[in-house]
Amino acid sequence: MEKTRKELKVSAIENGTVIDHIPAKNVFQVIRILNLDECQEQILFGTNLESKKYGTKGIIKVSNRFFESEELNKIALAAPTASIIEIRNFQVIKKMQVEVPGTITKVVKCVNPNCITNNEQVITRFRVVDKIDIKLQCMYCEKMTEKSNMVFL
Amino acid sequence: MKNKNLIAIYDYTREEQTRLLDLAEEFEREPVQNILNGYVVATLFFEPSTRTRLSFESAANRLGARVIGFTDSASSSVKKGESLKDTILTVSNYADIIVMRHPRDGSARYASEVSPVPIINAGDGANQHPTQTLLDMYSIRKTQGTLENLQVAFVGDLKYGRTVHSLTMALTNYKTTFHLVSPGELKLPSYVKTHIKEKDLKYHQYTNMDEAIRKADILYMTRIQKERFSDPIEYERVKNAYILNKELLENAKENMKVLHPLPRVNEISEEVDANPMAYYFRQAENGVYIRQALLASILGVK
Ligand SMILES: [Zn+2]
Repeated sequence: MEKTRKELKVSAIENGTVIDHIPAKNVFQVIRILNLDECQEQILFGTNLESKKYGTKGIIKVSNRFFESEELNKIALAAPTASIIEIRNFQVIKKMQVEVPGTITKVVKCVNPNCITNNEQVITRFRVVDKIDIKLQCMYCEKMTEKSNMVFL
Repeated sequence: MKNKNLIAIYDYTREEQTRLLDLAEEFEREPVQNILNGYVVATLFFEPSTRTRLSFESAANRLGARVIGFTDSASSSVKKGESLKDTILTVSNYADIIVMRHPRDGSARYASEVSPVPIINAGDGANQHPTQTLLDMYSIRKTQGTLENLQVAFVGDLKYGRTVHSLTMALTNYKTTFHLVSPGELKLPSYVKTHIKEKDLKYHQYTNMDEAIRKADILYMTRIQKERFSDPIEYERVKNAYILNKELLENAKENMKVLHPLPRVNEISEEVDANPMAYYFRQAENGVYIRQALLASILGVK
């Protein structure tokens, strides 16, 4: 009994954000996209956890941080299935799904090896032309980067 | 259009394109005007393209501007590893406008984001070459009296030819009917065809030239490049199937004109040059007027 309570204490957060249902292999990707490696707050994360819906999943819990939806949507390419839960005083106050934004900055590499972004220090920028199949058009070389050849930076 | 970059043809609205074509007409009537006296135009050619560079420099000179720049990056600080950003920022201290050609796709768009002076894209890799498109439009309007409702045939490499892609997209604003002649492996890509379909315009595809030539008001010839083929025998076969000669022109409409972005290899036989339908050398000349119009309007003197 004592043990279970301890576990609960570790895993529940008083105030903050829980990002659940992240594809297990992309947890570190999400950490990087949200710059959590530079965050000073308590962060708990787990990966290769059991998920009824997806087989395996990852989860990240960040204390005392609440994200703008714009910021959260940046993770949509790495974790399209992610659900976001905001917690205050141990109570769930908001639940939402991430949504693919209209433009993507900095997250993905352009597929075109001759693109200026792959040859000089230029931050990549894409127009999202297909939110379902995920097709990104480079705002520099205009070539299309698709889900199958997407590489995260 | 003062200070407005030209990176891709669609950066300019149809109205702005028309204004440039009108202005180019004015420069054709009076090519030497001292309206850019005191201005400095930089031509930065990170890869050589003699034709385009000379055309820009001629345009600048005829308007009284001074020209600075380099003709290929081998002889400049770029070879020492200077970034594009640093080159652009440095040159912008010396020039009022930068004309650039660069081997990387997207380089001109990036330069326009970091540059305090306007940029004209004279070709970024395989991506865009908007001044070519404008001079093609000018040549079409001049020879046909209009850009509206024309039958335009494109022949050759429609898959990789960026001049074909840009011109096709620009012409979709003018109710063009497209006749697309190419070998099966070099057909117009579907993303370009999408633009035609979106405007509810018609296109027809052919593998030989005869029928398209009979229908066309404009016959736009392109080069088929050897490096596009894995099989050299296939290249030889295809190359010889798309050669324009005098006999083929006998079935053409009287008003028809032959265009080509130049340089040609063998796709137009020299016997065609003397035919009144041959317009490709005049087309190159028109490039100077279009570039005068661009320099004058972006620098705000017209
Ligand atoms: Zn790109």
